[in-house]
Amino acid sequence: MEVFNIALRGIFIDNMIFAYYLGMCSFLAISKKVETAFGLGLAVVFVLTLTVPVNWLLQEYVLKEGALTWIDGSFESIDLTFLQFIMFIAVIASMVQLVEMIIEKLSPALYGSLGIFLPLIAVNCAILGSSLFMVQKDYNIIEATSYGFGSGFGFFLAIIALAAIRERLKYSHVPNGLKGLGITMLITGLMGLAFKSFIGIAL
Amino acid sequence: MSAEATVVETELKVQKKPTESFLSKRRKNIVTDPLNDDNPITIQVLGICSALAVTVKLEPTLVMSIAVVFVIVFANLIISLMRNLIPGRIRIIVQLAVVATLVTLVSEFLKAYSYDMYKVLGAYVGLIITNCIVMGRLEAFAMANKPYDSVLDGLGSGFGYAWIILTVAFFRELLGSGSIFDFKVFEAIGWTTFPTNGLMVDSIGAFVVLGILIWIQRSKSGYVEH
Repeated sequence: MEVFNIALRGIFIDNMIFAYYLGMCSFLAISKKVETAFGLGLAVVFVLTLTVPVNWLLQEYVLKEGALTWIDGSFESIDLTFLQFIMFIAVIASMVQLVEMIIEKLSPALYGSLGIFLPLIAVNCAILGSSLFMVQKDYNIIEATSYGFGSGFGFFLAIIALAAIRERLKYSHVPNGLKGLGITMLITGLMGLAFKSFIGIAL
Repeated sequence: MSAEATVVETELKVQKKPTESFLSKRRKNIVTDPLNDDNPITIQVLGICSALAVTVKLEPTLVMSIAVVFVIVFANLIISLMRNLIPGRIRIIVQLAVVATLVTLVSEFLKAYSYDMYKVLGAYVGLIITNCIVMGRLEAFAMANKPYDSVLDGLGSGFGYAWIILTVAFFRELLGSGSIFDFKVFEAIGWTTFPTNGLMVDSIGAFVVLGILIWIQRSKSGYVEH
């Protein structure tokens, strides 16, 4: 049950966009059409569900203080936490590359729709952010996977909702200076307000 | 006549290869453009994540600005020095490695000298790695320009980012906590019942303040997005 709760919290309450402002760049840049937003959202869910558990293994068995004892008892005092950023970003960049190659081989149709977004994901703050938060929250591996999926799905929901609103927005009269980014920020604020009502939700 | 010719010739040579002054007009523009007309946050829509996350109070915002300026300037310099050695296919990973190293330096420095601030900023220091401004400048400028110009470009973009997030933080702290740099302004002028706005402390306040700031800035500069 706790596992589902973690995913649910990731989707609605600790939403990557509305609570932590992560992945805002792609959230704002690629939300002009529902179709492309759908592709990016899917890619984010996919990559997050894979990278968070992999980074968890890395943190648990390589980086944490005393994590290397499985090689030799004398490594007990070694603390490699300062390598965390480099290791995590390397895992993310290579995972994205790997996922891209696998999808290209297995499902050319999906690759066609995700195509350009996959490489962009390596520099999406939501991906690195979830891994860093996962470390802070002290999850076990199943919880970490569920957290990765939840925060990815939260991003997916948010970007599709925003894209739908922006498609409608094309036909309204927005003041010149507010067009584009300005109005999008205000709408995101209102959406965040709506998402606030999910606080306290649990299974 | 021959003497005159040589003078003209040398003058031509001088004109042909003018050594650009240390602060020529072009270089000044590299620094000043990102401050307003080509601002990374309000015009190019980059680096929004951290712009919003750390701006609840002015003090962490200031630390964050300094960290970003440092990372952006040195990443630009290093990548610009290496630009002819980096193979095109793996340039993103090389750039990420350089940025991640610099961010690790900043993070270790904060941990050593200002542990409280390190706790406040938490994961957001690490997220400078994926700050799109840094990656954007590396990709768009440092890969194609000389080191000195790249440093200037880094300074410009860094300060363009800094003044926007400091402005957002100013309003959020003033209206959300009634203080500036933790100094209770309204109590100091005798208005003890000032109603602080809880939404400003929350994420929603950040979106609204930045939205309005973008509106003002764009109406002034006349930039319209289609």
